[in-house]
Amino acid sequence: MSKPLVATASLAGCFGCHMSLLDIDERILKLVELVDIGKSPVTDIKTFTQQYAVGIIEGGCCNSENVHNLQEFRKNCDILISLGECAIMGGLPAMRNGIPIEECLNEAYLEGPTVHLNTEKIFPNDDELPMLLDRVYPAHEIVKIDYFLPGCPPRADLIWDALVALLTGKELELPYEVVKYD
Amino acid sequence: MSALIQNILIKVGQKKDRLLDILLSVQEAESFVSDENIKIIAGSLQLSEIDVRQCMSFYHFFSTKPSRHRIFLNDSVMANLMGGQKVKEAFEKVLNCKQGEINADGIGFYTTACIGMSDQEPAAMIDGVIFPSLTPERVRFVVEGINQGKSLSDLYYLPLGDGRNGGAALNTMVNSNIRKTGLLLDDYYKSGSALTIAIEKSELEVIGIVKTSGLRGRGGAGFPTGMKWEFCRSSEGAEKYIICNADEGEPGTFKDRVILTEKIEMLLEGMTIAAYAIGAREGIIYLRHEYQYMRQHIENALAVARTKKMLGNNILGKDGFDFDIRIQFGAGAYVCGEESSLIESMEGKRGEPRFKPPFPVQKGYHNKPTSVNNVETFCKVCRIIERGGEWYRRYGTKQSVGTKLLSISGDCPRPGVYEIEWGMTLYQMLEMVGATNTQAIQVGGPSGSLIGKTGFDRKICYSDISTGGSMMIFDQSRDLIKDVVLNFLEFFIDESCGSCLSCRACTQQIRNKLEKMIHGKGVSTDIEDLKKWAKFTLVSRCGLGQSAANPISTSIANFPHLYQAMVQKEKDYDTCFDLASAVADSCKVVNRVPNF
Ligand SMILES: Cc1cc2nc3c(=O)[nH]c(=O)nc-3n(C[C@H](O)[C@H](O)[C@H](O)COP(=O)(O)O)c2cc1C
Ligand code: SF4
Ligand code: SF4
Repeated sequence: MSKPLVATASLAGCFGCHMSLLDIDERILKLVELVDIGKSPVTDIKTFTQQYAVGIIEGGCCNSENVHNLQEFRKNCDILISLGECAIMGGLPAMRNGIPIEECLNEAYLEGPTVHLNTEKIFPNDDELPMLLDRVYPAHEIVKIDYFLPGCPPRADLIWDALVALLTGKELELPYEVVKYD
Repeated sequence: MSALIQNILIKVGQKKDRLLDILLSVQEAESFVSDENIKIIAGSLQLSEIDVRQCMSFYHFFSTKPSRHRIFLNDSVMANLMGGQKVKEAFEKVLNCKQGEINADGIGFYTTACIGMSDQEPAAMIDGVIFPSLTPERVRFVVEGINQGKSLSDLYYLPLGDGRNGGAALNTMVNSNIRKTGLLLDDYYKSGSALTIAIEKSELEVIGIVKTSGLRGRGGAGFPTGMKWEFCRSSEGAEKYIICNADEGEPGTFKDRVILTEKIEMLLEGMTIAAYAIGAREGIIYLRHEYQYMRQHIENALAVARTKKMLGNNILGKDGFDFDIRIQFGAGAYVCGEESSLIESMEGKRGEPRFKPPFPVQKGYHNKPTSVNNVETFCKVCRIIERGGEWYRRYGTKQSVGTKLLSISGDCPRPGVYEIEWGMTLYQMLEMVGATNTQAIQVGGPSGSLIGKTGFDRKICYSDISTGGSMMIFDQSRDLIKDVVLNFLEFFIDESCGSCLSCRACTQQIRNKLEKMIHGKGVSTDIEDLKKWAKFTLVSRCGLGQSAANPISTSIANFPHLYQAMVQKEKDYDTCFDLASAVADSCKVVNRVPNF
């Protein structure tokens, strides 16, 4: 039997969750015994060519590209996991939620203290660019998410245990310290 | 310092714990509390400006903007049921401003939660004066009158209210609507009769009688009154307080309003008996801001009691029994009905509930032993002392002794106050008020339960379906989800003090999900989610959060078909996400045409 295929994506995140995934250290060797990693920033494979077993999502959606990407994952993966605070709740990028989009754009491109070169005061608006959403959405507000792994980032052990549990069908142990974050 | 503030400080005292009264007095004089005055008040009480502002922002009725008049229109479920939306539109039209704004003539228009007039909705408060049973025509009449400079009492469109409402002290259009009397509301109570008996007995004997009667608190929680007093009496400390909880904030309740109007002497006497029993020298009536039209009426009753030596020093000749009562106004916050936040509020702070223990009977007002009791509870005590604990036990059922005042409103021909014996079934109640074609009854206000036909044989009592008194009746024409459940959720969201995540955030999540379902995007897992999330709220600090999801959980339990009807059969997951509308704003700002 061929190994289950796993895909990962970083949407509106900081790649910290992917780093944490790599933090499983030497167990990565065991992981590749268990699964094949396909489309992912780790492998640089960019397209889905067949149905995947698991998709792991880091980050929420802040623009139209994130949305398309996420919808693509939903279509091509049997199981989707939201990994980390940003995917689950929007996280740090969602700090802009509640601030009108015009103010955000002004701050970023026109008036921010580090803006020096935009002398013509233009907003980037090429058709090739993704379009910003009115707010940052957690992944499950766009598509159905099957599992949530909390943390910023979730610890490597949690990711490892969750993946093993999922692939072997065993129940995942979630001690209090793992899901308590205050 | 301005002369105004100086006078206020002299009158109410230059103390931090009187901040609420100071702010209310300033606002009464000037219609708002200016930045300048906030500074002065902060300085004179040795508070920071932000202390004053955070206190003000907690309550609905403080304003930092001047206005000539302020109109607060009730937007409770009952108000809307009785045509509130049309009345609101009429206000917005004649005032030419939206809710939350001050119009060109300096009239502020706001909506507010239930103002205790559910039997005569839609009702509004204009500068503290109640305008009940509003219609669009009446709105036009009143606003035009105000614009012509007429005084509010010249704009009454109804005769003065029944009972004592028509007297000079109250002078209001509000009706008491007493429909059924019992041992509390009956006429044969004689002022002073209970107190005379009480002071001839020992303090412990008085508590003993109350215990024998089996009286339980009428504020909702149903705690045995005699036991509460015993705890308070035996708590350490010479200084003790009696507080009457007249906050009556639970939407749909108005029976305390009627007691305060018609039986104020009985209430004062009950408080005095309580003071005697626990050894308190000071009593306070915490009166909701919405009932400020009763101020003169209550002050008069206090003055009469003083001249009759039923308040003051050596009450009724009893050596060393000194006790007096003052009124403390709230400033608009439902959570202040919760006894520990009520105490916080009385100490001039934001009304955020305290952690318990210690309970108020141990450490209450100023950290001294304090008994907080409901208006109705104190009145019941008068009758019990007069006639004996055994006599009282003859009424009601074995576990739920005596009578209960119900505030009945909604789809029935005779809304009003009914004093019933515990043990009446909901069927009997519907028959009593003449309700027909009833779809549901909200028992106990938003924090209670939504009961459907299959539950109408349930008994109104502590062991079956308990209530603080609010009973709202909805007939078959009503949309229970949109018009009732959603409104209740909004109410809790507005009134949450925000201390607990479970209360502050879960309620919003639940509301959002329900709205999504109402908009036709429901899936079957949504119902399961709602049930699960409703449980989270149970870990909240106070009763508000703990019951905030009751509208959801009881309506799902008793009206499952209404939720099933909002579920799309062909989908198992649906968000309300719409890419086109999500990118519309940003595309406009950067000046590009959305492309997908
Ligand atoms: C959110 C909330 C609001 C409350 N509002 C009131 C109220 O308006 N009036 C009242 O008497 N009790 C109210 N209570 C109950 C009080 O905390 C307290 O139990 C009651 O005043 C005690 O009086 P009793 O023993 O006579 O019932 C409220 C409780 C909560 C949690
Ligand atoms: S959850 Fe934390 S680590 Fe993961 S993407 Fe967001 S910010 Fe980075
Ligand atoms: S439950 Fe709600 S109202 Fe009560 S303390 Fe917590 S946040 Fe405040």
